[in-house]
Amino acid sequence: MLKPEILDPQGQAVQRALPRLGFEGIADVRQGKRFELEVAEPVTDEALARIHELAEKFLANTVIENFTVSVENAGDTGDSGSGSESAQGAVA
Amino acid sequence: MTGGLGRIGVVTFPGSLDDSDARRAVRLAGGEPVALWHRDKNLHQVDAVVLPGGFSYGDYLRCGAIARFSPVMEPLLEQARAGMPVLGICNGFQVLCESHLLPGALTRNDHLHFICRDQKLRVERTDTAWTSDYADGQEITVPLKNGEGGYVADERTLDALEAEGRVVFRYVDGNPNGSRRDIAGITNEAGNVVGLMPHPEHAVETLTGPTTDGLGFFTSVLKKLVTA
Repeated sequence: MLKPEILDPQGQAVQRALPRLGFEGIADVRQGKRFELEVAEPVTDEALARIHELAEKFLANTVIENFTVSVENAGDTGDSGSGSESAQGAVA
Repeated sequence: MTGGLGRIGVVTFPGSLDDSDARRAVRLAGGEPVALWHRDKNLHQVDAVVLPGGFSYGDYLRCGAIARFSPVMEPLLEQARAGMPVLGICNGFQVLCESHLLPGALTRNDHLHFICRDQKLRVERTDTAWTSDYADGQEITVPLKNGEGGYVADERTLDALEAEGRVVFRYVDGNPNGSRRDIAGITNEAGNVVGLMPHPEHAVETLTGPTTDGLGFFTSVLKKLVTA
């Protein structure tokens, strides 16, 4: 997600469109990004640390964005059958 | 140019658009343009490098984010830190910010529109490698064309840039994209790396540009290389 102090004109445009669609009462909208990484091996602490590193170095620009990394089972995302775990980073 | 000085590399990434105009500007200024490819592992003994405008790697992920990890960037970052002049124009500026050679970031224009117009700028630093041929406070007009040209950084970084005199260009007669403090271009501490959103390489001939105001970038660096 863009850091709170960074202007998000895309989110503002979405927010301004909401009343036209009949959705009232939304005070603010911020737009972000989500990456789903499927990991072949079990997600160990070490693997998670490397994913955190790649998120910090590449997927996010930490000058303007914050990010979080979380682990979910592939089945939870509707991607059934593969049985592998996926590490998901919500990145601006 | 004599003695092999004035070899200026222009990097072509997949999706670069303004690389040929940048090479042309180098030639018109009297230098020898050298085409560099994003997969080059060395800089072919160039004396300076221009990172041109365009949409490297489709601007996927973020503008400049993937280009920043191209093979050619490894020797470029090393030599830029050692003092080699580097100019990033538009997408090239975005690449320089993504690679942390310059602070801050470029974000979506505040009005969300792609903008393409002739833009007036004020030159605020004339002792960088790329601006010595301008007068302090000189106003120049060059094309501006981008969708993600809003310069942002946290307040502390902005204050530091101002205090250290590292704002090289400021927008005059209207801020076109919501850039903080009207910043159009900045430099690193040493003054050898300069990045800006507007396009000096499109303003080097009266036939094709609004002015020839952009030529000074290239004559400045060539002079610096001769005297270096």
